[in-house]
Amino acid sequence: MMNWFNNLSPTSQFVLFSALKVVPAVLVMLFIVAYIVLVERRLCAFIQDRVGPNRAGPLGLLQPMADAVKAFLKEDFMPAHVRPVYYWLAPALVMIPSLLTLAVIPFGSQLGSQKMVVADLNVGILYTFGIVSLGVYGIVLAGYAANSKYPFMGGIRASAQMISYEVAMGLSVIPLFLLVGDLNLSTVIGDQTHGLFSWLVFRQPLAFAIFLCAAFAETNRTPFDLPEAEQELAGGYNVEYSSMKFALFFMGEYANMIAASAMMVTLFFGGWTLPFFGLDQPAATVLGGLVHIGIFLAKLLVLLVLFIWVRWMWPRFRYDQLMNLGWKGLVPLALANIVVTATWLWLKS
Amino acid sequence: MDSQVAQYVPVLMLIGLAVLITGGMMVVSVLLGKRGRRTTIKDTAYECGMLPVGAGNTRLSVKFHLVAMLFILFDIEVVFLYPWAVVFKRMLAHPDTANLIFFAMLSFLGVLFVGYLYALKKKAFDWTH
Repeated sequence: MMNWFNNLSPTSQFVLFSALKVVPAVLVMLFIVAYIVLVERRLCAFIQDRVGPNRAGPLGLLQPMADAVKAFLKEDFMPAHVRPVYYWLAPALVMIPSLLTLAVIPFGSQLGSQKMVVADLNVGILYTFGIVSLGVYGIVLAGYAANSKYPFMGGIRASAQMISYEVAMGLSVIPLFLLVGDLNLSTVIGDQTHGLFSWLVFRQPLAFAIFLCAAFAETNRTPFDLPEAEQELAGGYNVEYSSMKFALFFMGEYANMIAASAMMVTLFFGGWTLPFFGLDQPAATVLGGLVHIGIFLAKLLVLLVLFIWVRWMWPRFRYDQLMNLGWKGLVPLALANIVVTATWLWLKS
Repeated sequence: MDSQVAQYVPVLMLIGLAVLITGGMMVVSVLLGKRGRRTTIKDTAYECGMLPVGAGNTRLSVKFHLVAMLFILFDIEVVFLYPWAVVFKRMLAHPDTANLIFFAMLSFLGVLFVGYLYALKKKAFDWTH
């Protein structure tokens, strides 16, 4: 077995290892998507003093399977008034970018000699922002394709909201890169390994607050869920969709939530590191590598629960409040944070 | 295989896999999904059970276009800030370039901030105006 492997050229080994990282990463992502939906439903139920889905399997653990079977077996109906090409394209354009964001996120230190990141790009965060921006197209296109009033309004609202908060999100992380001096996310994590208070959330709390707000708005979560405000739009951009195409929007939203949480873990909470027991250094053993992946997933879960929790603690914003917060609150605040951080570094030098 | 171009190979593989999974799910849903009858009422746009009124694409507020234009302006600013942020620390460490990198971007941000104030004064950010 090892002989066969060692006989391969370095290129084939690289391709093989890449495939061995890409496939499990995507499968784990889809697994988390399936189960975070269940966690959300159970948690919502507990907060509202209900029971939640507990019939399919023990504790309702088979519920995601039941939901998937249902989504596949439902009638795949395309109404006559829609624009067919865009109607088919839109769900895919929501789902695909949300899966692509995980490429640059280091989800562990290393297993053996392999770094636990799908692609260790030096442009790091720029790749993520580029891919996240693509997600807007899917939603706008869904609204346009449906050729119906509610989806259209939902799509337009979503595009205005997402591009507004993208500016704040892009500006909010610049102070981090002033401190770190590199866009590569592995380097960003490396910079957070000097004790608990070297985590960037403690060095840049304002940046984290802005990023968190923007992440909620980018993923269309309450209190910024105006694109799908049920009471006004009956569901927003996905009204005319049914069956798996509807489920793809749903999964895309949750995948985006996971991607946003993973970004926050990496940028602000030290990624796969913990400041105790020497867990902030790349793992030498396979067990250590697995522990690092576990730490990353645990931090991810905490942030995902925060996303779900906030949904039941905050009412929805009005659209003018949303725009005011974005353009008059977060953007100038993020700019001020950049200037203050840069000035402080300049005075210190 | 440490060159940066090689690092895009897994990205391409990821794109392929994402397209495959998404496309696969849509195709399987078409194959397995229930075959339903097409009726006139099923083909109408959904407006809470009422018959649709007027065209599907309603007119929308010009504010949305304004937001799109503001986005382009400020997003370009963000794009310019990234390369600056990356080299900032290195150029600051060097006494010859420390003031250059700091004041160059400070003036750039200053000019843009005047633009921001102008937009604010013109009530471009006021949704209810």
